[in-house]
Amino acid sequence: MGSGDALGVRMVHMLASGMNGMRTAGDLVMRMQMTRGMRLREAKAYVADKLGVSVRDLSDGVVMQDVRSEFGIGRLTELENECVGEPTAMEAKFNIAELLDLPINCVQRFAERVPSVGAAWKRGGEVT
Amino acid sequence: MGTKLMTRMGDGTSVEMTRDELRTDIEEGVAAAVKRAKLPPLDDDEVAHLLEIFASQERMTGVKVGDEVVLSCDGSTSLRASRLDCLTDAEDVGNDLCELQQQDYSYKAVKTVVPSEQRLMQEAQYRLTIPVQYGAQADLGRYSKPDGPCPNWSELLPLGRIDEARAAQEEAASESEEDMVRIGEAMWEAGADGMDFDTSGAAGDADFLAVLKAVRRLREACPDLSIELGMASEFVLGMHGELEWEGVRLAGVWPVEQLRLAQRAGATIFGPAVNMNTGHSVAWNVARALTIIKPCMDVAEIPVHPNVGMGVCGMPMHPFPPIDAVARVSRAFIEILRVDGL
Repeated sequence: MGSGDALGVRMVHMLASGMNGMRTAGDLVMRMQMTRGMRLREAKAYVADKLGVSVRDLSDGVVMQDVRSEFGIGRLTELENECVGEPTAMEAKFNIAELLDLPINCVQRFAERVPSVGAAWKRGGEVT
Repeated sequence: MGTKLMTRMGDGTSVEMTRDELRTDIEEGVAAAVKRAKLPPLDDDEVAHLLEIFASQERMTGVKVGDEVVLSCDGSTSLRASRLDCLTDAEDVGNDLCELQQQDYSYKAVKTVVPSEQRLMQEAQYRLTIPVQYGAQADLGRYSKPDGPCPNWSELLPLGRIDEARAAQEEAASESEEDMVRIGEAMWEAGADGMDFDTSGAAGDADFLAVLKAVRRLREACPDLSIELGMASEFVLGMHGELEWEGVRLAGVWPVEQLRLAQRAGATIFGPAVNMNTGHSVAWNVARALTIIKPCMDVAEIPVHPNVGMGVCGMPMHPFPPIDAVARVSRAFIEILRVDGL
């Protein structure tokens, strides 16, 4: 479904109308649609409220890079010397689950497999 | 005679039209949808808005700042790099989610390699921050002989052996449902964020029935699993003709009814598809697609992401759809229908 299929098509949609994932808050809004089935307006409002920014800020890459760093929810890093101290994917997803009050499957399974982590993480629980 | 404007045909070739000719094309696209699907037309403001989008001569166009949407997808991997590298690239360039896929893009093919697909999914989840879903098609035809175990209904139907053809489709749908449920549960165990049932209904009503049943079972088994249900075409072909799901006859259902069924089954994202007519302009095709999908927006309880990959919903039928056409399709769906994503 969506915007895929042919080579390059997706890039044009991203430029014309896309939130653009971790450059902004696109992945967070997408998670609310995927897991909660929220429609766009509701999902954007929910994420903006959790991050303490305006809905317009969600699509602003400059604003969101600072916000993502502040909350430890992952940033795109291209060069090695940009990566120091940035959370890894799994670390970021622990923080996203906490921030959005959202179950993330792999996070819950990680917490199960590493009991000391699961016990310390208050959202750790039974995977449904 | 008015100034000629460059626009595109449904096969992607460029063509020149006057503004009046473009307006006529849009109005005729709307009328074609009204006649075919028995739906209300776009209103005058929507037609005027669409005309402005397509009359624009800029190469690139887009939505207003702040009106951006999320983009789902059907497959994020290719032949040129490892699948994990492709998923990482998808995250780096700014995708909102990415999709692990097996090259056949058929659940029947995937079922033979489930453990390795699970391991890839688990690895992807450790590498990526954006959601990672698994996707393929029900692809019911693969369950018929000589590729599959069931009698071939495409051979039986021309012989007039209708009952046997229907029984074969029911058998195939049952096999397909089991495969999709088994793979969905396996991917959930591997940490997947979601499942994508793409091109649903491609082999007709039995194909769609298998997907609806699988979605319902997965929703009950995995309450937090994201389930995208994307369609193959604007209405479900009645290859069987008599199949029903929860009292609704599946043959001939249009997007708004498809959406209601997807919602009831437990899908979290719905992707309607509208067929292309390459003999008409992109503007004509987009006008027709918007008219057909518009009723979905009033009844949707879940996000609606129209399929705007190559060759559906107004997107030119060409491996490399022109940038100017793609951008106009993108903008039109968001500004006129207020879709939840693409």
